[in-house]
Amino acid sequence: MLSLKTKELTLKYDKICYINKINLILEPKHFTVVMGANGAGKSLLLRLLHGLINPTYGTIYWNGNPMNSGIRKQQAMVFQRPVLLRRSVAANIDFVLGLKNSGMQDKRDEILENVGLLEFRKHPARMLSVGEQQRLALARALATEPEVIFLDEPTASLDPASILAIEKIVKNAHTDGTKIIFITHELGQAKRLADDIVFLHQGKLIEHTSATSFFDNPSSEPARAYLEGRIIL
Amino acid sequence: MQEFFEATRLAFALAFSGDADLIEIILLSLRVSLTAMLVACIIGFPLGALLAISRFTGRGPVLVIINALMGLPPVVVGLIVYLHLSRAGPMGSFGLLYTPTAMIIAQIILIMPIIAALSRQVIEDLHNEYAEQFRSFSVPRSKAVRALIWDGRYSLLTVALAGFGRAIAEVGAVIIVGGNIDHLTRVMTTAIALETSKGDLPLALALGFVLLFLALAVNAAVMSLRITTGRISNV
Repeated sequence: MLSLKTKELTLKYDKICYINKINLILEPKHFTVVMGANGAGKSLLLRLLHGLINPTYGTIYWNGNPMNSGIRKQQAMVFQRPVLLRRSVAANIDFVLGLKNSGMQDKRDEILENVGLLEFRKHPARMLSVGEQQRLALARALATEPEVIFLDEPTASLDPASILAIEKIVKNAHTDGTKIIFITHELGQAKRLADDIVFLHQGKLIEHTSATSFFDNPSSEPARAYLEGRIIL
Repeated sequence: MQEFFEATRLAFALAFSGDADLIEIILLSLRVSLTAMLVACIIGFPLGALLAISRFTGRGPVLVIINALMGLPPVVVGLIVYLHLSRAGPMGSFGLLYTPTAMIIAQIILIMPIIAALSRQVIEDLHNEYAEQFRSFSVPRSKAVRALIWDGRYSLLTVALAGFGRAIAEVGAVIIVGGNIDHLTRVMTTAIALETSKGDLPLALALGFVLLFLALAVNAAVMSLRITTGRISNV
């Protein structure tokens, strides 16, 4: 299991500070939900933690080691807008299984079965509905058997049934031991899923506390305003 | 004008007559240009993909050179290949001058930059879409290149067509390295040039019509393949 520690994590472009000196420790077994208003830096934080972009300064340690390609191979990310290969549903799974040289067919069918897409295995991936595409993206990420999975608003603009389907898959993965770091704006969803909440505001870490504590007794004004639905600038 | 219509009538008659010489010329033209296109694609697609996904010092000038080479003058290519394949040249011992192989080599050099440059653009667009996901999965470069070529295959068909069009229509390079030898290296474009200079306009026109028809037929076939398979794959 990978534990995370960041030290003074900062991201600047053209003198604008998007992520501002974030010090964060995440427990390996927790279901972590990242919250904050649009532009708070949630997606950038996930990309930094996953090593897709490099910090301007500050460090990220996974199990005490700086980020490297070996660590990234133990992680996976699902983006808000699923990026699917222009191939069949099955071929999308085969692609990542091929990266790990895993036994293909049986495992692929099992993976698709788990996300309810087995009957669509021969369909072009981009012909699926948005909810099904997101389930496929999630299945593909889980096919790499990651120790940590980052989810960047995976249920944004999905219908309630699709949201529940995604949540069920993510919760199963968490039960199986995968560390989840999940961005959402949905307060109900955060309450349903989170063990701990990371709350960002204007690139700064404002709160990192247990979900119960965050929702019952937020300690900062931006978090209170966010939970009450007030506009925070 | 009367002469043109008469020549056209004769041309159609010749084109549909099944003339053995005409068929030989057509088949050789197709063999040379399709082989050149195939080899140029085998080299050009991976090269284009590598240029699309790589960031290195001097990438800009390399792209400028590849793009500039799209406009290579065929006679210059023909001359350079001629100098290499002639008896005194570095590859003279192979005895390739005035053979279809020499014509294929010249056409490969002519169309490879076109295929590499256009496929670079196609694949770069696709890579912009895939890049973050590939990085997330730590996809090795070789696999990324293969995946991008495969997923961009329908767009790359159009790129291949552009190369084929350039190859089948050019005359300058193949006439220099092929020599337009009857029953050996005579292709449609060189035959058209020869028959026109001899004043045999019906045969020149017939070859011209066949050339146009072939270009149209190959384009139509590839486009319909692209539309059909593209629709099935939703790409």
